[in-house]
Order: sequence, then structure tokens, then C-alpha cells
Amino acid sequence: MRTVVLRRILFILPVIWGVSTFVFLIIHLIPGDPIDLMLGETANTVDREALRRQLGLDRPLWQQYVTFLQRAVRGDLGHSLHNRRPVRILIGERLPATAALAGAALVVAIALALPLGILASLRPRSWLDTVSMLLALIGVSMPNFWLGPLLILGFSLHLGWLPVSGRGDGSIAYLILPALTLGTAMMAILTRMTRAGMLETLREDYIRTARAKGLVEWIVVGKHALGNALIPLVTLIGLQGGALLSGAVITETIFAWPGLGDLTIRAIQQRDYPVVQGCVLVIALTYVVANMITDVAYAVLDPRIRFESE
Amino acid sequence: MMRRRRRLAPSAYLGGILLGLLVLSAGLASVLTSYDPRTQDLSAGLGAPSWPHPCGQDKLGRDLCARLLYGARISLLVGVVSVAVTLAVGTAVGAVSGYRGGLLDELLMRLTDMFLAFPGILLALAMMAILGPSILNVIIALCIVGWVGYARLTRGLVLVAREMEYVTAARATGAASGYILLWHILPNIAGPLIVQATFSLAGVIVAEAGLSFLGLGVQPPTPSWGAMLNEGRVFLVLAPHLTLFPGGAIMLAVLGCNLLGDGLRDLLDPRGHTN
Repeated sequence: MRTVVLRRILFILPVIWGVSTFVFLIIHLIPGDPIDLMLGETANTVDREALRRQLGLDRPLWQQYVTFLQRAVRGDLGHSLHNRRPVRILIGERLPATAALAGAALVVAIALALPLGILASLRPRSWLDTVSMLLALIGVSMPNFWLGPLLILGFSLHLGWLPVSGRGDGSIAYLILPALTLGTAMMAILTRMTRAGMLETLREDYIRTARAKGLVEWIVVGKHALGNALIPLVTLIGLQGGALLSGAVITETIFAWPGLGDLTIRAIQQRDYPVVQGCVLVIALTYVVANMITDVAYAVLDPRIRFESE
Repeated sequence: MMRRRRRLAPSAYLGGILLGLLVLSAGLASVLTSYDPRTQDLSAGLGAPSWPHPCGQDKLGRDLCARLLYGARISLLVGVVSVAVTLAVGTAVGAVSGYRGGLLDELLMRLTDMFLAFPGILLALAMMAILGPSILNVIIALCIVGWVGYARLTRGLVLVAREMEYVTAARATGAASGYILLWHILPNIAGPLIVQATFSLAGVIVAEAGLSFLGLGVQPPTPSWGAMLNEGRVFLVLAPHLTLFPGGAIMLAVLGCNLLGDGLRDLLDPRGHTN
């Protein structure tokens, strides 16, 4: 087991290095002088040179790169050009909201997908199967930047049941619509995968044996079939966890949810490059680490993979 | 015993019809509507759907139907160009990587790992932050994001195909590696790549609309479905048609790609069938 974990950690180190290098280069890949973009061409020379010094752009590229990496390792991601606050603090303030949103979306997706997928697999080609697959198809085809406004229109503006936007006092009512918006696409994919996995597992010999032994159907489905059908879902949930992070960027904009995605978009619009760099770095690293944890979890759950790796 | 010929599922035909409608709308926009998508009529701002304006009018009084039809051009342009470029680049990288193997394969795959380390939309956002908003930059950003999937898929397919007897036979005749890849292996692995391209078209249409929705893609006054949705959500109560129609158009286009992709996968790539 330790070998699997060590191998995965060694594997992500070059990836993390690549991600950090790309993030460092963001400011250097801007066509023209980045200072012009940030301050506008009308800014005076003193301000321009001060910003150039602050960002370290007056030094040779390799020195800037080394300094960037040294600071990044210490968690120092620079200061916002917009409000001068440390990027680390800005991200730290926004991270819990994004984590809450992504976590709630994950719960929504799993809570809806598992029953739908299992029921569809138990009655293939029935009306239940057709409805489940239709819901999954609509869910996967419906962009979240349309679903969000539709939910607001229905549940907030017409019915008045839920708040339109923001995080308010942090109550769960504010979380429901954003979580539904973000979780729907994942729910659709998970439903299809659950159904496919269950259909495949239910055809296995050991299921026939379990039924032949006289086990009641819910034990056959719940214990024998579901346990094995869920293993590939772990990978999918892990990978989709990353997709949730990027999906959160749009969902947070729709619902004015004060998370990392909202911060990223505002920083891009304000050309606040240190904040853009910090946000991209944090989201990408979270994604990489989430994928690594998924791989390890997969190995823990499926002994065949563990033994192959070792 | 006669072999049963596999056929496209009826739902795939529906997908094909939806995509056909998208292409027709884009191609015949100037025939289907007499309105200019940029002509403003401020006195009729936020006009509800009516006989002369079946989809209503936006806040500047522009005909929404005309903007939807011309917006289809943007979605299709960005979608087709991005998919074509990423398919070409990704297939080339994956084919060389899988066929040559060794250090080159290792280097190319580590490069794809770097790209895969970013959630797709985040990399596109970062690229838009660097390049600035425009149609060309949206295409560039989506190409940078999209080639990796094809490279991974092609490499896997080539790794299997290169061990096949027909490749050994081609080698025995003295055919060059490039010739074998292009004329022997590529036609045999085209099925899964076509399926992937169909699904990618859906992804690219949503990504373009998403970037434009965030104000980082196609810029006004050029009609783009995503930007129209963003403008419309401000008037959700007063003019819900500004949200319903552009969103519906995006969903139908994506639904068309998904239905056709599912059908093509069943037909061309039965091993990839998961449903």
C-alpha cells in the first residue's frame, strides 16, 4: 500500500512543478507590457516603475522564477493589485464557501444518482429506466449557466421559497439552488455509470450464486452487486470532484456565491494578475491532489489494482 | 448464419436532425430572418415574443430570433474549428507517442499530464486572462485545452493497433512508419475518434457559451448565445424570454451532439459502450 501512495506522490511532483511554472508564466505570456494592461497606458512613469518593482518584473526572468517558487512554497502568493491585501488571505477567506458548495453539490449528485441508477438497472427497459435515462440525458446536456437562472426564476422569483443569491447568514437555504445547479451534470453522469456498472455486475456468476443460495433480493443488490459496481464510481467521483471546482466558477458567478470561482472571475476582469495566479495555482493543486487521493482510494478498494501496482 | 447489420439508434437520428437544424440556422440566418442582429430599437426594449418578433426583443430592442440565428454561426464556428484543430493535433501527438514509444512517448505523456492537471474551464479561463477576450482567442484557448483528450485516446488505440497483424504485414512490405500510421492504423482507429469528436463538439459549444457568459469570450455587439444569456439574466422577471431562448438553443445543440455521439459510439465503438 505504501508503494502505491509513494509512487503516486512521486508522480504528481513533476505535475505540480509544471502547474507552478505555467502559473508563473501567466504574467509573462500577456502580449505587450503587462504593466500597461494593469495600470492603463495613461499611468505615470513613477507608478509604472513602482508596480514593476513590486511584481519583480524589473529583474531577470530566472530570478523572478526562483523567487516565485520560493515564495509559493512558503504560501506567499503576493498582494492583490486591487486592494493590496495578501492573496493568501483573500483565497483563505473564499475557500470555505467553495468547499461548502462543492461538497453540497457532491452530496446532491450522489444522493440522486445512486437510487436512480440502481432502480434503472433493476428494471431495464421499463418506464423507470426510460425516465432515469431521460433525466440523465437532460442533466448532462443542460449547461449550468442556464439551469441556475431557471431555478432562480422558478424557486426564488415565482414561488419565493429560496433566496436568489449570496450566502446570507450561511444557512442551508442559500446553498440549495447553487448545489443543485452545480451537482446536476455530475448526477447525470453518475446515474448513467451506476446503471451501467450495476447491469454488468448483476450478470456476474457470483450474483447468480447469491440468488441460488436463496438470499433476499435487497441483500444481493445492496451488498453483493452494489459494493462491486461502486468501485469504478469512486474514480468518476474523484475526477468529477475536480470538474465541480471548475463548474463552481460559473455557479458562483450566477448566485454571487462568495467563493474562489467568483474571486477568480473578478480578478480576471480587474486584471489583478497576482490574484489570478494564486487562484489558478490553488484550484489546479487541489485538482491534482484530489486525483491522487482518488487513485489511492481506488487501489484501496480494488485489491487487483493494489497487487498490480506493487 | 447471416450477420445482423448494426444500425444507428433512432435517438441518434434525432441528434443528427438537431445538429442539422443548427447548421441550417447558421448557414441560412440571413434568409430565415430579415432583421439585422445588431440593429437597435430602443423604444421596443425587452419586447415580449410577438408575431413580428417570435422570440421577443432584448434590452436594446434587437430581434432575439435574429441574434439566436446569427449566434448559431459563432457557436458552430468556434465548435468546428476547435474540434478540427484539437482532433488533428491530438491525434498526431497520440499516434507518434503510441507508435514510437520510448523516451518520446514518456515526454509527450508527461506533457499531457501537465495539461490534465488543470480542470478544463480553469485552463481556458487562465488563457483568456492572458490573451484577452475575442473569438479567435476563445478558439485558441479551447484548442490548448482540448487536444490532450485526443492524444490520450489515440495513444491507447495505437498501442493496441501496432501489435495487429495488418501492421506487421505492412511493415514487412517495407512501408514507412508515417505511411503505416496514416493509411493503415488511422482508418482502423477512426471510429472512437469520431465518437470523441462528436462529444467534444458539445463540450466546446458549452465552453464557448460559458466563457461568453462570464464576459471573457465573444464580445458585444457580436451575438453569442452565452453572452445573450448573461444579458438576459438581469431581466429574469421582466423578460424571461431573454433567458429561456438562448439557454434552450444551447441545450438543444448539446443534446443533439450527445444523442448523435451515443448512437455513433454504439455503432462504431461498441467496446466503449457503457450504457
